[in-house]
Amino acid sequence: MHPLLTEETGKKLLLLGNEAIVRGALEAGLAFATTYPGTPSSEIADNFFQIAAESDLYFEYSTNEKVALETAAGAAVCGVRTMCSMKHVGLNVAADPLMTLAYVGVRGGLVIVVADDPSMFSSQNEQDSRIYAGLSNLPMLEPRSAEEAKEMTKEAFDLSEKLELPVLLRTTTRLSHYRGIVTTGALRSPKTNGDFQKDSSRFVTVPSVARVRHKVLLEQAEKAREMACRSSFNTIVGSGPWGIVTSGMANNYVEDAVRDLGIEDKVGFLRLGFTHPFPEDLAEKFIRSAEKILVVEELEPVMENALKVVAQSKGLATPIVGKGPETFSRLYEYEPGKVRDVIARFFGIDYTSCTPIDIKKNPEQARLPMRPPNLCAGCPHRSTYYAVNSVLKEKGVEAVFPTDIGCYTLGVLPPLQVADFLICMGSSVTSAAGISKVTGKKVIAFIGDSTFFHSGITGLINAVHNKHKFILVVLDNGTTAMTGHQPNPGMEITPPGWNKPSISIEAIVRSCGVEQVTVVNPVNLSKTKEAIRQAVASDELSVILAKAPCPLYERRMLGTKPKRKFFVGPECNTDCTECVDTLGCPAMYKNTSPGAETTVTIDEQLCIGCGMCIQICKKIRPKKI
Amino acid sequence: MAEYRAYLTGVGGQGTLLATKILAEAAIHAGHNALASEVHGMAQRGGVVESTVLIGDIRSPIISDGEADVLLGFEPLETYRAMGKCSEDSVVISNDVPVMPFSVTIGKDEYPDVATLFGFIRKRVRQLNTLDARILALKAGAALSTNIVMIGALARSGVLPVPREAFEEIIRTKTKKRFVETNLKAFDLGFGTL
Repeated sequence: MHPLLTEETGKKLLLLGNEAIVRGALEAGLAFATTYPGTPSSEIADNFFQIAAESDLYFEYSTNEKVALETAAGAAVCGVRTMCSMKHVGLNVAADPLMTLAYVGVRGGLVIVVADDPSMFSSQNEQDSRIYAGLSNLPMLEPRSAEEAKEMTKEAFDLSEKLELPVLLRTTTRLSHYRGIVTTGALRSPKTNGDFQKDSSRFVTVPSVARVRHKVLLEQAEKAREMACRSSFNTIVGSGPWGIVTSGMANNYVEDAVRDLGIEDKVGFLRLGFTHPFPEDLAEKFIRSAEKILVVEELEPVMENALKVVAQSKGLATPIVGKGPETFSRLYEYEPGKVRDVIARFFGIDYTSCTPIDIKKNPEQARLPMRPPNLCAGCPHRSTYYAVNSVLKEKGVEAVFPTDIGCYTLGVLPPLQVADFLICMGSSVTSAAGISKVTGKKVIAFIGDSTFFHSGITGLINAVHNKHKFILVVLDNGTTAMTGHQPNPGMEITPPGWNKPSISIEAIVRSCGVEQVTVVNPVNLSKTKEAIRQAVASDELSVILAKAPCPLYERRMLGTKPKRKFFVGPECNTDCTECVDTLGCPAMYKNTSPGAETTVTIDEQLCIGCGMCIQICKKIRPKKI
Repeated sequence: MAEYRAYLTGVGGQGTLLATKILAEAAIHAGHNALASEVHGMAQRGGVVESTVLIGDIRSPIISDGEADVLLGFEPLETYRAMGKCSEDSVVISNDVPVMPFSVTIGKDEYPDVATLFGFIRKRVRQLNTLDARILALKAGAALSTNIVMIGALARSGVLPVPREAFEEIIRTKTKKRFVETNLKAFDLGFGTL
């Protein structure tokens, strides 16, 4: 049985913030869940995927976040408790349904989990999703601990049903990926069947309906504001002349800092968890109680600005400070030491923190080798990239490489360096059109299979229709590898018990109207190079489908083990290191010693026997194992 | 109640996250409050993996610069790189077996001299213990148990208020059944080295 399905109550589990959200949803009787995977939100849906196999929960990996939210909305308007989870940039994709779903509302509780990524541990930006709560007028909850994540998730469903509005539950990477103790409550059996009760004056947003519904939304938002003022997640803790306002994970840094600084009796906290609509009455009471106020929130000054609005409208001149050169930055994740330093400075407390060891002061070791992530040994993307680079070199052609989001983005690193432009999911196909049109240069765009389904198809139709001329390489490894091998519609190697149809990328590409389509196994170098040569020679739009399974996924699903490994023969003694220099396979390394020729060795532990290298050097040979 | 902060660092594939979970679970088993924090995502592809375990009345899951009581390094270069988390009061326990960064294997960078790195650390912290965790893991039966050897060495150091039995109980109940025997042996070997 899945550990999060335990019937035992009062049990203490050490859970990731994301797992706590899952447990909270199960304790709230969740019946329907959708997602598109994205770090740091992925573990929420991955747990639902496993749980759905042994419970009444319906779960799907949808093709993108807009699809996921609209599917979830359909279930929720029929009165079923539903959750839709995504990363912060996913909410941009789902922003269109979000804004108008807020107008029509829901009948069953709908909780939308959005996971922000301050510091961009694995994202292309660090936008603050709290601004979406303001934009959409929807309620937002922000847990500060795993325990609270579970409780808030339950509360979010109740709130959603009371207000008949979707509720946003916002986490950050740190909350999603830290482990804390969570006490289990009773599971609630889900109501899995819904009923669609027609009401076109509410659910069909023609302008005349939308005008009415916008008014309803603002009325509901005011009710939500009153609820926020009374919510147990919003409290004033302690009292004193110094005020601190926090929400989410920053709460913890503040609490530790106040204790470390020994100023518990001087500080009053306004601790917010139900952060939107902003609890103005509670905020006013707090502002009146303090002489000066420090606002501790990561990223944008959302609460700070809301507090200043309250202060101005009530004629209060209490200093309210958050972001600023002497206080907090709008950049990156915070950490406890930084928060403690700012609190100490702001309230004028003497505090000396310990002195960290400074390795920059070591003259013997001025520079350290970095350790960026790399494409795995045997990754078929490397083979495709190698083939592209070698054909371009052979033809003396310079190309621009728009790329996309997935493992293959790592192709940006040397020695492959096949990534020139990336903004968001699907932008490879579309930006390729613009770049090729205005430069007249050869443009080779790369997109993965899951990203193609997510948002590559409409761009490809656009490229055909508007006669754009570039090469699109679909790097199809049959899984959503980067986020942890989640299924996608194109996969052919499927998890046990899978009974969903596989959708052919080749058939989609052809049906979009692309005439030049070649399917290759990138591990076959000569055929792949030939396909690229033809595409480079052509002056039309062409698509190369480079298809080979992710070896990690294949091993996980099928238990396949390498049948052979490769080694470098003893005749490798000519200072030639072209294999390492051009492939960049992590299983290969150079042996250098003064006075001797540089040779190459293949690490047998790391080699998975893909056979790419043997096609570029005769000195490399197979060895059966 | 006293507070303890443990910082773990290593390379993707070394099992630092399982070690993190075992340490946190063992601390809870020993009756303490514990938190842990991990960095997922890009780290899986051979990058640096850092994590923390906080024991006692602490709410922040992050360790600020200079505030680690103990640093458990699974790889010498990464141990050195993480020294900013330590102060003169810290205890450092490090595996001495390098995992070559990609820039080194392709000949673009040189791997620093391990003895020099350790020499720098030894002069600046309360205590440095180094061990060849890979050899001990192989002796236990699987190179994959390197992480458990490191946990054994951490247990032996006595820096954290978690007794040997708590670790063993968690290894028995929370690691994969078919590895339990190897893992217990790896723990033993790690425990015996210091």
